[in-house]
Amino acid sequence: MNLYEYLGKDIFRANGIPVPDGYLVEKKEDVRKYEKPVVVKSQILLGGRGKSGGIKFVKSEGDLRPAIDSLLGSEVRGLKVTKLLVEEMIDIKKEMYVSFSLNRTERKPMLMATTEGGVEIESLPHEKIFLRLIDPLMGYSDYIAKEAIKFMNLDPAIAPQFRSLLGKLYSIFNKYDCELVEINPLVVTGDGKLIAADAKVVIDSDSLFRHKEFNVTDPEKTPLELEANGRGYSFVELQGDIGVIANGAGLTMATLDALTLHKGKPRNFLDLGGTDSVDIVIDAFDLVLKANPKTILVNIFGGVTKCDTVANGIVEAKKKYGIKQPIVVRLSGIHEVEGREILKQNGVDAFSDMMSAIEAAVKREGGN
Amino acid sequence: MNNYVDANTKVIVQGITGHQGKFHSGEMIKFGTKVVAGISPGKSSEKVNGVQIYDTVADTMHLAPNASMISVPAPYVKDAAFEAIDSGIRLIYILTEHVPFHDTMEIFYEASRKNITLIGPNGPGITRPGMCKIGIMPNHIFKRGDVAVASRSGTLTYEIVGALTNSGYGESTVIGLGGDPVVGLTFIDVLKVFNDDPDTKKIVLVGEIGGVNEEMAADYIKHNVKKKVVAYIAGRSAPPGKRMGHAGAIIEKGSGTAESKIKAFNSAGVQVADFPTDIPKLLK
Repeated sequence: MNLYEYLGKDIFRANGIPVPDGYLVEKKEDVRKYEKPVVVKSQILLGGRGKSGGIKFVKSEGDLRPAIDSLLGSEVRGLKVTKLLVEEMIDIKKEMYVSFSLNRTERKPMLMATTEGGVEIESLPHEKIFLRLIDPLMGYSDYIAKEAIKFMNLDPAIAPQFRSLLGKLYSIFNKYDCELVEINPLVVTGDGKLIAADAKVVIDSDSLFRHKEFNVTDPEKTPLELEANGRGYSFVELQGDIGVIANGAGLTMATLDALTLHKGKPRNFLDLGGTDSVDIVIDAFDLVLKANPKTILVNIFGGVTKCDTVANGIVEAKKKYGIKQPIVVRLSGIHEVEGREILKQNGVDAFSDMMSAIEAAVKREGGN
Repeated sequence: MNNYVDANTKVIVQGITGHQGKFHSGEMIKFGTKVVAGISPGKSSEKVNGVQIYDTVADTMHLAPNASMISVPAPYVKDAAFEAIDSGIRLIYILTEHVPFHDTMEIFYEASRKNITLIGPNGPGITRPGMCKIGIMPNHIFKRGDVAVASRSGTLTYEIVGALTNSGYGESTVIGLGGDPVVGLTFIDVLKVFNDDPDTKKIVLVGEIGGVNEEMAADYIKHNVKKKVVAYIAGRSAPPGKRMGHAGAIIEKGSGTAESKIKAFNSAGVQVADFPTDIPKLLK
């Protein structure tokens, strides 16, 4: 889960990483008296806020209210702005970059640092970035900072602050189960202080059971996705019109791919998971119906999830919700013959192979 | 243990009294797997599926177990895995989904320090038809044969193995690597074993979006693998930035796309099927 900048900075502050003084504005009454120049930053979870007009620099008292009014409730890069961070303007002498992230292939944390911050790290040539894998069992130690400082040819006046900051940043990476902690830009101020001008913190959603303080709504998910996740389903909303229910993440992805290759447009990803229960199937239909698909495709390879259970769930869901849309079903695996028979008796098409069902679903969507 | 497990592999199940542990240990026994003990603290007077329960892994050492299936809730997986590692179990398979990846990193490095094989988390396990099954793959889809399959997904593996078996092929080894961003065995690890395995003639890799392990496997195949390899990649239609069911199935900052993986496989001479059910045709 991606945290807003202000939450990331709360973590930084609590763990001794210097951040600019600031406060959060969610409604106009939250705005405090103007004392010194400030930056008003839209809290959205996409980069490029500055270029898209989501950041305003305020250098006089009269400019503060207009800046707040123009940003609060506006749209930046397609996202509605409901929170603003108002921060003291800092005197930027230099912008650097530092992060710890997961290197999936090596299965290790990875440090990235460069003196050329303020731009997207992907846009920099490889040789300008200090890259260092961290042994998860030994963890971070000071010698790693020494290597980084040498590589970056860091000003000796800055080096001690940088070394201390790296240690704290790695502690945050571990303590909060992070996928990423990134400071970009890490600013060197005119008076030679290091300060985190931005904060990007991504927390492993699977670790939230031990980080109750972050058990907040994931702002990157749609209301329907949140509802589905709350009911225990992996669910992703897409733009098409064929509702999809399948079992297993891989098979569900393969179903969406096959539909797309046949010029069909899936409306959603829904993984039924590995349970054998009629109610879970009925509940899945409830969710998919909320997305208003034109057709519903069910693709099941039965193992733990038995085909007759799914068939009974489909029949009951049809009755319960008075489903008008065509339902195309593929049942293969454990109890497939029984499952298809149940469906046939209730007027629902059922196939035994995946590709026939995919073709039928695409056809149904096109005609009626 | 050649090829990870064989007919002599003795398996313990950590978390055998849970819903999954109970059901799947029964299925494993039906498949012919030697399940020698279950672990569930405080229930050591009981049996599940005829298997004696013990309080700790240490209590089972007289049975000389060499593999463990871990099916405990995610918050307890690290402790269970450390217990198995500390007891000297040689192969650990974690069924559990939603294990924090920081825990998996620690488990993986503790295991690799001691040359212990880690499979998963969040995968269907390992099956060698006619010998041993550890995990949750459905028993009825397999037939002994010479095709080895490694996959990042569960049901998609069953779909492909089912298609292979229905087309007259059989399987030497089927391994589910797991759908998490950090897992134990990877494609390259299993390719090394499959390449040397006299029972394996052809190899099927089932990848998905996220990470670069398929690209690395393609490079390894190009330089090292002489056997025929074909592949399938799930997630070609997935939008960037969205986790498609598996924690590891996500396109991030343009990395981990299906196109990149398909391109890498093609350049290594590995044909990639458009549809999972096309895999048997490509093996001809």
